[in-house]
Amino acid sequence: MAKKLMKGCEAIGEAAIQAGCRLFFGYPITPQNEIPEYMSHRLPQVGGTFVQAESEVAASNMLYGAGGSGERVFTSSSSPGISLMMEAVSYMAGSELPVVIVNIMRAGPGLGGILPSQADYFQATKGGGHGDYRCLVLAPWSVQEAADLVQDAFDLADYYRNPVLVLGDGLIGQMMEPVEFKSGRTPCKPLAPKSWAATGCDGSRPTNIVNSLFLDPEKLEQHNVKLKAKYDAMVRDEVRVASYFDDADYDMLVVAYGTVARVCSTAIEDLREQGLRVALIRPITLFPFPYAQVRAAAERARSVLVVELSCGQMIEDVQLALEGTRPIHFYGRQGGMLASPDEVAEKLRSLVATREVRHA
Amino acid sequence: MPETVVFSRPQALAAVHTHYCPGCTHGVIHRMVAEVIDELGVRERTVGIAPVGCSVLAYNYFNTDFHEASHGRAPAVATGIKRARPDLIVFSYQGDGDLASIGMAEIIHCANRGEKVTVVFVNNAIYGMTGGQMAPTTMPGQVATTCPLGRDVSQAGHPVRVAELVSTLRTPAFVARASVHTPLHAVNAKEMLRRAFRHQKEGACFSLVEILSTCPTNWGMPPAEATQWLEKTMLPYYPLGVFKTPGGADRAPAPLSAQEAACRTT
Repeated sequence: MAKKLMKGCEAIGEAAIQAGCRLFFGYPITPQNEIPEYMSHRLPQVGGTFVQAESEVAASNMLYGAGGSGERVFTSSSSPGISLMMEAVSYMAGSELPVVIVNIMRAGPGLGGILPSQADYFQATKGGGHGDYRCLVLAPWSVQEAADLVQDAFDLADYYRNPVLVLGDGLIGQMMEPVEFKSGRTPCKPLAPKSWAATGCDGSRPTNIVNSLFLDPEKLEQHNVKLKAKYDAMVRDEVRVASYFDDADYDMLVVAYGTVARVCSTAIEDLREQGLRVALIRPITLFPFPYAQVRAAAERARSVLVVELSCGQMIEDVQLALEGTRPIHFYGRQGGMLASPDEVAEKLRSLVATREVRHA
Repeated sequence: MPETVVFSRPQALAAVHTHYCPGCTHGVIHRMVAEVIDELGVRERTVGIAPVGCSVLAYNYFNTDFHEASHGRAPAVATGIKRARPDLIVFSYQGDGDLASIGMAEIIHCANRGEKVTVVFVNNAIYGMTGGQMAPTTMPGQVATTCPLGRDVSQAGHPVRVAELVSTLRTPAFVARASVHTPLHAVNAKEMLRRAFRHQKEGACFSLVEILSTCPTNWGMPPAEATQWLEKTMLPYYPLGVFKTPGGADRAPAPLSAQEAACRTT
């Protein structure tokens, strides 16, 4: 397929269709309205079904029902709407359903604003809903990567029988970039038939029940242990991370994800021309977080700067990764304000001027 | 003399004991739903949805594939299943706290979209599983653990009439209210269920059967007395009958009488 210039939201929708998804349930919220709008005209063209739900609560429960039937299904929303979906996400994790949820993050808390943000990191990676569960969380930094990760998200969801979140910020959703869809791609995981799905039972198997209720605490604990083993497998096998400017020695390491990592990359490019030795590491999976990779990259530097569009959320995972072995600094913008390359460069310059980073 | 089987467990009903209290009508309603599923020959393509409430374990009692929903969301879950697999027969089984309180948005919009699903709505005028709290359907003056002096309509409003409410919508195909407190009423209730499921099988859109039920445990009275209380208190407020049929007329306001019209113009 040739490259097309597409808005991030539309590329996400097309990627879902390319991945074989024929069902979308959603509710309007800015800045992701182009996803449901795209699905509402594209799905009928491919024999699929689009339903505009009465709320995000309903949309996420439609997802739960459709996911339980074994069909590929996805929804998208933005921060306040994702909060409303969290009950169903917990149920879907508990019932082990493969669904894909895209969060085009906007600034919060509360109604917040409609401009880009990364302030839902905790919600996405540390739970969000109730109970002991995890979602795989994928964070693209370009429209192309958003399209690729959405396709992988369906495979990962099916493989693990678990909700997968694609966490983009408003920039990813709204900007236009060239994108190419891989036709006839092989799934990124080996996929088994969905023999667990509730699709009617002719007696050839026991009835299938999609359920997360275990009134017997011993059985629920066994279920929790089984889920934990699945999350452990994700941690072992699914970490994705990208490193930049790390072929030469460096004094400072920047950790950033999503579009902010691109801003940092531009800043670092300029700084390196000026002789400052800075590298960048970008988690692509936020759960599982690349603890070992960030630790190893940080050990080559004297100190670390975390840049986020939040008051500092991913920084807590960086702290866990480094266990106090390097000083960690933070630069963040909030409320829908973006970090510019100049601002990031200025922050890095000021850190280089301090004793801890300066050459001996 | 050869044996003739005149009564047996429906195939769609699992061979297990239920946890329902003595005098509760869930067992009767479960059985009737199962009989209808068998009679229509759709058991092998039926998926039920259990609510949160006394019938939360319904997935153990029916011998069909099942889906457990979160509180009130069964109509949204039903939507997801039916849209994903239009060939399936999909029904939700919900109580009055689940459907008429926390799930009011989902039931109204599921009905209004005309989802091709069937809703079995069991109205016993109280929250059963959580121990007898006031429901939207609790009768005026009826004592519940969260209205110990009886439902005060000046604070809680009047009970919600779901069948009437849903039948104001243009879309739904079939809306009826029935009761199972006497054998004769139960026969009628089964006929309502049969019509609702048949409509779905034949491709008509949304159907809902509200069934009045007793809750001796949380009403605080013996089963026989509960039956009398239902008849005396609930039946006058929740009239039985068919509220909407496919192609049936809209519920239109009665025209102003000539006298009223005259008053308006003078």
